Amino acid sequence: MKSIVAEHLVRTYRNGEVKALDDLSLDVEEGTVLSVLGPNGAGKTTVVRVLTTLLTPDSGSATVGGIDVLKHPEKVREIIGLSGQYAAVDETLTGWDNLVMFGRLYHLGKKESVARAEELLERFSLTESARRPIKTYSGGMRRRLDLAASLIVQPKVLFLDEPTTGLDPRGRQEMWGVIEELVKGGVTLLLTTQYLDEADQLADDIIVVDHGKVIARGTSDALKKQVGGERLEVVVDQAHISATMDAVAKVSGHTASLDEGLRKVSAPVTTGATALIEVLRLLDAGGIHPLDVALKRPSLDDVFMSLTGHVAEDQVVVSETGRGKKKEKLDKKSEAKS
Amino acid sequence: MNAITDALIITKRQLLQLARVPEVLIFSTIQPVMFVLLFRYVFGGSIATGDPGGYVQLLMPGIFVQTTAFTLAATASGLAEDMTKGLIDRFRSLPISRSALVFGRTLGDGLLNIVVLSVMGLAGFIVGWRPSSGILKIGLAFIFLLAFGYSLSWVGIFAGLSARDARVVQNLSFLITFPLTFLSNAFAPTTGMPRPLQYVAEWNPVSTMVAACRELFGLQNHFGATAHSFPSQHPLTMSLVYMVVILAIFVPLSVRKYSHANKK
Repeated sequence: MKSIVAEHLVRTYRNGEVKALDDLSLDVEEGTVLSVLGPNGAGKTTVVRVLTTLLTPDSGSATVGGIDVLKHPEKVREIIGLSGQYAAVDETLTGWDNLVMFGRLYHLGKKESVARAEELLERFSLTESARRPIKTYSGGMRRRLDLAASLIVQPKVLFLDEPTTGLDPRGRQEMWGVIEELVKGGVTLLLTTQYLDEADQLADDIIVVDHGKVIARGTSDALKKQVGGERLEVVVDQAHISATMDAVAKVSGHTASLDEGLRKVSAPVTTGATALIEVLRLLDAGGIHPLDVALKRPSLDDVFMSLTGHVAEDQVVVSETGRGKKKEKLDKKSEAKS
Repeated sequence: MNAITDALIITKRQLLQLARVPEVLIFSTIQPVMFVLLFRYVFGGSIATGDPGGYVQLLMPGIFVQTTAFTLAATASGLAEDMTKGLIDRFRSLPISRSALVFGRTLGDGLLNIVVLSVMGLAGFIVGWRPSSGILKIGLAFIFLLAFGYSLSWVGIFAGLSARDARVVQNLSFLITFPLTFLSNAFAPTTGMPRPLQYVAEWNPVSTMVAACRELFGLQNHFGATAHSFPSQHPLTMSLVYMVVILAIFVPLSVRKYSHANKK
């Protein structure tokens, strides 16, 4: 059975000037994880807002847990949990205060709310800081508390909008662990992310969105195959470039390409770390000492490169508060071009 | 009723905030008390009222009304902050009545007003304010003041929901309430103003509220004595009408704005 179905969702801003969702459809099988992958402004948050009843689409339809999102939003709200990009909890209150308040708002009794709050604090390793105001929490702790707040009534369907954006590597690892636990518990999860490795780690299925459209769908393996898997990259002195290109080509089985400015020789490989060892052996035998050697896993850039022919560029974002157009470009290294 | 318990939980959240950060409550009471002292001692000496008890008798109702009028700004900026922090989205995604959040907040701000008015009343008493009308009418005046603050709270809800930035809302609501409270009979007689302003001041809800409170505290309303317009003749009725009109417009408007997810 499908837990989430969205069909032909369209949502425009500024009288049609900005298309946040452009005929977007998706579906998620019960008990599985779908990751919506895309750059900022691709429409990820908008689709989450529509499915969680916060935003009405211009056209299209959607059901969550078999319930029509547009016709019975109040019933949908009873079975979903939502944790957004920004930790949406009351910062002046303590973690305990917040969870008890949300428990009460989910209509648990007083005792039950307290019991549930304590259980969740324990589960997310927040018991020690339970009595401190959220203001004093680290980014990772805030996210965990926010996630805890969305789990108070054990939702059937959970929406996580960029759960690890802005977290440090350790925070991300912890968050992933928590999410994996949840998925084992059988919840249906829709997760948006900008990171391919995150989608890879957590999702059964991935859809790639760009300009409000789904541009690819598949398992992470299928997508990777489409992208072309890993690349071997070697940086050497000017003098050794041609010899290195031969070595890399030999290991790869494909012609090596060269980024002249960076003196970087690269080629796709399928054998992973073995390829790394092989190429180092060859270089060593030839008396070449590489300045840098790397095995690059495909990034979101690579996915976009292969799917759209352009690098994943952040699009004009209509900011959530309607503050107007906000154009942020991340410093994208166009590695895929080399 | 779930809707009522939900609203009360939201109110409780606000009270809990005050308990966690007591400075907020302290500063929101210090400010009006400071006004009482400043006006009492800076202007009090130079404004002759010809009444027993002097300027402070006329001043206190004015400052009470001014303070309750500022509820608008408090409500608006509190709500705008919740909006920008994404908390409103979380509340919206919960299976609670859509009006619970806004009702809860207006109630919370109303409770805060009780504390603030009590402290002000006490400060006024210390500097010589002596209402002479008896406990019943004094009580009625305070209920009137709370009702006025509550109705303006709903304007604040609407402003807060329409806002993009908490700071803008705060500034904007002061920009509205400040002239509104001074363009009235609250601190000086309207008769000294240029004619067109006098007209505005007489119809200003702040003036009718102040006049109504002065009556209830047992004073003749000197500051509007020469005015013959309907509001200055019937300040109590007129104030009630204003409150009902404000609520009738802004309650449905705000609840609609809150539940209308489209707008955001």
